[in-house]
Amino acid sequence: MAEVSAAAHGPEHEPTTTGLNHRKMLMWAFLGSDCMFFGSLIATYLVYKGKSLRGPEPLDVFSIPITSVSTFVLLMSSMSMVLAYAALTRGSLNGFRIWIASTAIMGMTFIGFQVFEFRDFAIHEAKIECADQAAIDEISPRLSSTQLNDLTDQCASGVAEAEIDFGVTPRTNLFGTTFFTLTGFHGAHVTLGVVWLLSLFFFSFKRGGVTPERNLDVDLAALYWHFVDVVWIIIFTVVYLFGVFEGF
Amino acid sequence: MTTLSFSIPRPTHPTGVWAWITTIDHKRIGILYGVTAFIMFLIGGVEALLMRTQLTTSGLDIVSPEIFNQLFTMHGTTMIFLAIMPMGAAFFNFVIPLQIGARDVAFPRLNAFSYWTFLAGAIVLNLSWFMGGAPNAGWFGYSPITGETYNPGHGIDFWIVSLQILGIASLAAAFNFIVTIINMRAPGMTLDRMPLFTWMTFVTSFLLILAFPVITVALIELMFDRFYGTNFFFPAAGGNPVLWQHLFWVFGHPEVYILILPAMGIISEILPTFSRKPLFGYPVVVLSGIIIGFMGWMVWSHHMFTVGLGPIANSVFTITTMAIAVPTGVKIFNWLGTMWKGSISFPTPMLFALGFIVTFTIGGISGVMHSQAASDAQQQDTYFIIAHIHYVLFGGSIFALLAGVYYWFPKITGRMYDEALGKLSFWLTFIAFNITFFPMHFTGLDGMPRRIYSYDAVFGWDFWNMISTGGSFMLAGGILIFTINIVRGWTSGRKASGDPWDARTLEWSIASPPPEYNFEEIPTVHDRDDWWARKRKRVAEPVPVGGGSDEAEHSIHLPQPSYWPIVVSIGLLIGGYGLIYSIALAAIGGAISLFAIYAWSFEPVNDPEEDSGH
Repeated sequence: MAEVSAAAHGPEHEPTTTGLNHRKMLMWAFLGSDCMFFGSLIATYLVYKGKSLRGPEPLDVFSIPITSVSTFVLLMSSMSMVLAYAALTRGSLNGFRIWIASTAIMGMTFIGFQVFEFRDFAIHEAKIECADQAAIDEISPRLSSTQLNDLTDQCASGVAEAEIDFGVTPRTNLFGTTFFTLTGFHGAHVTLGVVWLLSLFFFSFKRGGVTPERNLDVDLAALYWHFVDVVWIIIFTVVYLFGVFEGF
Repeated sequence: MTTLSFSIPRPTHPTGVWAWITTIDHKRIGILYGVTAFIMFLIGGVEALLMRTQLTTSGLDIVSPEIFNQLFTMHGTTMIFLAIMPMGAAFFNFVIPLQIGARDVAFPRLNAFSYWTFLAGAIVLNLSWFMGGAPNAGWFGYSPITGETYNPGHGIDFWIVSLQILGIASLAAAFNFIVTIINMRAPGMTLDRMPLFTWMTFVTSFLLILAFPVITVALIELMFDRFYGTNFFFPAAGGNPVLWQHLFWVFGHPEVYILILPAMGIISEILPTFSRKPLFGYPVVVLSGIIIGFMGWMVWSHHMFTVGLGPIANSVFTITTMAIAVPTGVKIFNWLGTMWKGSISFPTPMLFALGFIVTFTIGGISGVMHSQAASDAQQQDTYFIIAHIHYVLFGGSIFALLAGVYYWFPKITGRMYDEALGKLSFWLTFIAFNITFFPMHFTGLDGMPRRIYSYDAVFGWDFWNMISTGGSFMLAGGILIFTINIVRGWTSGRKASGDPWDARTLEWSIASPPPEYNFEEIPTVHDRDDWWARKRKRVAEPVPVGGGSDEAEHSIHLPQPSYWPIVVSIGLLIGGYGLIYSIALAAIGGAISLFAIYAWSFEPVNDPEEDSGH
């Protein structure tokens, strides 16, 4: 176990007891720690699932098609991350630049979707047909007194369909509190990853900044990026899919 | 190699204040950790003395109830996060690289960052005293007392922010030691030859990286509730304060083992040395430590027996809590077995180690008493719990840490402490400790609740409280003698040899204090207790003691000092303070940290220009 193997990892790496690189091991330990971070946030979300005293609920605001698109983009970014690393290892610096820029752009696209979605949830409106007493009975207990008055007023004024503010922010209810905290911290992780990827991209224009011999720099960013992706798969399943499909 | 265009020349001060500020030498960082933690320990001690003075007899009004609340909160938080944990970190830093035969830790600059960030957290927490009042919700900050409704001041905000900063420091240190211990062992130092203190540090580091994110999340949730009006612990919106308790104790119980496992490691080094026998049942002791590390995650709800989680949860956690006493008991028997038929001597470190076994066992037994949910219902929130926690954390952790200070003192300073004064400090501390805390078992079973600032004479708690208070001042005397002994020894003690105890592990194979590069030649390890074996077998391989060849000395490349770790920490300090008072300041702090992180990552570990000539 304690054999010293030096040569395998290139000249810049010191010999280590296990032959594994220090920084790579640190990265794995960090990701293990981050698992507990997201685990605690997801646990909080699940503990409070369905416990909100007023609406809206996931079913009222989620749009699975839109989030599926951003999820797809994020998953594809993992693929281009692999291609960026492969291109660098092959010695193709231009290939590396193209793929790492694509990865960062896809990451930014995901963030863009998230910003749009957060805003959309916050300004969400519910449309209720005033004639449909069953719909009114369903939504009434989940409305705040202001929203309820608004609904009554609009229907009293004779419109066929009332439109009331039914948005969710972190302050609205437990769903908002837990949803925005969990997905917000994931978004912050993606943002940090994008900054890291862009740093590597720009640094690659400096002579000797990014080289095939030092592909570990890219490897570490890739590990982080894939991890953030995997966390999103869990969030998408647990929060979005379980949130809208009956039976979960 | 590239350097940044804005890069500042590398610091090159060999001595003086700047040398300490920019140091990345694990030994110096260890000393910084130790001294800072000891000062914090004294501050926490003064807080305790104020509380004991107030409780001397019934009906006193020396400190107000408001101040009393702040005192017990700050006492607990300070002792756990600013004294015991960093004192452990001081030993990790100083001893681990020496024990595994390395020249430094895996990430020297990250190590400096850990220390300065710890200091930043300590400063933020104690600033609260001067900024309108310290936190006052107890060291485990139960919701909803910590909520904006019941606690509108900034005390809790300081508590939240400082614990977050301290968390960053602990995590960085733990990552560093995991990699160091896995990856920087000398050739031949297989896992089953690793010294016990290294093993326990290894287990502790894993507990740290897995437990701290949980408290981070809990604190983030509390912070959002207070700063941004979210609903995590806000019952009017359906939030459940019990969630805080779960998150806190999922962190908090492993934290207890974070405090005690390094202590057990220290004891497992000292007993074999002064019994002149190898540790009895080495694999079992290691395995017990690992099992404690695992089982530490399965017992958190025993802090919540009176919450009303129901008979099934209470029974399960009763059983797991009783079960975790088994590996702990195994360790105690192995320590006794180590001494059995040994050739025992009793210098101060050994006395403290023996004191540890006695008091820690008593604390363990009272722990098993309230592992019973039914029995705990009587003891919850009484002085019985105070007695228990001090028997395991003072009689346990602190005794072991003091033992460690005396044990490694010659190695750290190159000088000896005064043995007579050392023995006096032990007996005074040991006796005063028991006078202070043993009566709390009685007052606790008599129903005296914790966290009350005063009590009525009709309860009949006066007598034992007076004894406790008297004991606490004697205890302060013991710590004072310890301090005098250390300061005197450091400045004017007689010179110590490299191996004054005829000890067993690698740190004793080099000079005291160790040279900057630790080992002239990285040793090859052939045995468990390799240094002991080398001394006894007189192996053919020459033992390098001083005066190695010039060539060897010149080829040692040490990582160079750096400004950036402390700059990142200063950014965190400013940013943390800004989080409480102004977002602009928080942004400035964040920007400083970010800039320094970039400068740090572009700074080569060794500057080739500085290194030229070899």
